[in-house]
Amino acid sequence: MNAPAEHLLAARGLAFHYGAQPVFAGVALAIRRREIVALLGSSGCGKSTLLRALAGLESPAAGQVSFLDQALASPHPRSALIFQQASLLPWLTVEANAAFGLDFRHQPAIAAATRRERVREALAAVGLAGRESAWPAELSGGQAQRVALARALAREPELLFADEPFSALDAITRAEMQNLLVEVVHRWHAAVLLVTHDIDEAILVADRILLMGGRPGTLLAEWTVDIPRPREDHPGAVTALRLDILSALRDTFVQPTADVA
Amino acid sequence: MASRRLRLLLPLGGLAAAVALWSLGTALLARSVPIATHFAPLGALRALVGLLGEALLWEHIAVSLKRVAVGLAFAVGMGVPLGVLTGLSTLFAQASGPLFQFLRMVSPLSWMPIAVMVLGIGDAPVYFLLAFAAVWPILLNTAAGVAQLDRNWLLLARSLSATRFETVARVILPGITAHILTGVRLAIGIIWIILVPAEMLGVDAGLGYFILDTRDRLAYAELMAAVVLVGCLGFLLDFAARWLHRLWLHGR
Repeated sequence: MNAPAEHLLAARGLAFHYGAQPVFAGVALAIRRREIVALLGSSGCGKSTLLRALAGLESPAAGQVSFLDQALASPHPRSALIFQQASLLPWLTVEANAAFGLDFRHQPAIAAATRRERVREALAAVGLAGRESAWPAELSGGQAQRVALARALAREPELLFADEPFSALDAITRAEMQNLLVEVVHRWHAAVLLVTHDIDEAILVADRILLMGGRPGTLLAEWTVDIPRPREDHPGAVTALRLDILSALRDTFVQPTADVA
Repeated sequence: MASRRLRLLLPLGGLAAAVALWSLGTALLARSVPIATHFAPLGALRALVGLLGEALLWEHIAVSLKRVAVGLAFAVGMGVPLGVLTGLSTLFAQASGPLFQFLRMVSPLSWMPIAVMVLGIGDAPVYFLLAFAAVWPILLNTAAGVAQLDRNWLLLARSLSATRFETVARVILPGITAHILTGVRLAIGIIWIILVPAEMLGVDAGLGYFILDTRDRLAYAELMAAVVLVGCLGFLLDFAARWLHRLWLHGR
């Protein structure tokens, strides 16, 4: 275990349930600065709910989340979220969407000029320089997700929560976006918690992979990915890790219970 | 190209046919009721041109349009907050649902005697009637807009630690503006229909009053001119409302 100060985010004994239905229990994890962590699991295993609890959007039934060594009760100003849907506001231009929320009362106060500069930089980093005055309806799905990424980057987050951000995109755009994500979070010195059900995405993007499964959900296994980037150039190592994860995954399949009528 | 010309010609053809029927109808009727000749299209048109040259008609139009604006403002001021509340609170929606449906189905003009008794003679009861008639489409469309809001926008607002005011002002209100504008367009239609009868009671200006005035002066050509004018103005109002709606949607 590392010293607590190195941890950007740490959670202990985290549990959550919807009514009487347990979603996850006994979850403990830590994310270091600048680390990309993939939370891998099948659909419905509770990983998105876990992400929301870690982001301060849901209060856990038990356990504690700390961000920069402080207990977290609501979303931290130094964290940002991107979802599966870009969720751009259709009445705002690309630029205004990327700047959205920067002037909110609970956000750190920054001068308007700094704000504009940050937005400009973020849009340039995601390859949308020159499209500032476009409307969301004029963008493709990949471009919209780029704006969502820029909106997160403009806040200069320490930690980016990404909930299956590329799963609605086509395979080619997805690969492009995965590379872009790694590139920009390295440039912004941000850490990422990436929720995904895509094993390849986890292997190509993450420094560390956490496997979630079971009912209620819990963290079952962990891999450190030390394959050099770009990982597409190391098919042998990628395949070996993939098989390793698949065999661990096979053990997590929930067996049909006898009491099903 | 041909279809575009057709799209322009068909409505004109329809209008021309209506004027022809109007002309034919008054001519036939004039055989048994001689006074019907005063209602013929040509006379109405001549009267309309004459009236448009008079300041008095424009005063009546201005008074009517002012009532539309005030009635609409009241309806928006009541309908949007109530609609947001209905959309956000299931409890309020359930508690108010039957009451709103009941009130909505009472013809606004039924309230006229009560409105005059309570608010006195003059503009106030007219404003009340117009607002009361127009509030429902705005309320219902606003509530539908809130119900159809993208939940991810609200999640985004929460992830940015938006205050309640920021959530309403920056996400909910702009998110439902298209719905509100649809409600406003329907409301304008209703207000315009209610306006004329509402102005026939206890006021001394406005297009409704003007129609009764022409009747009392036996100026039937002017009466028909006023009817045509009411239709034209309503058409323009609806056109403006649709244009506003489209203008907002263009930004998407």
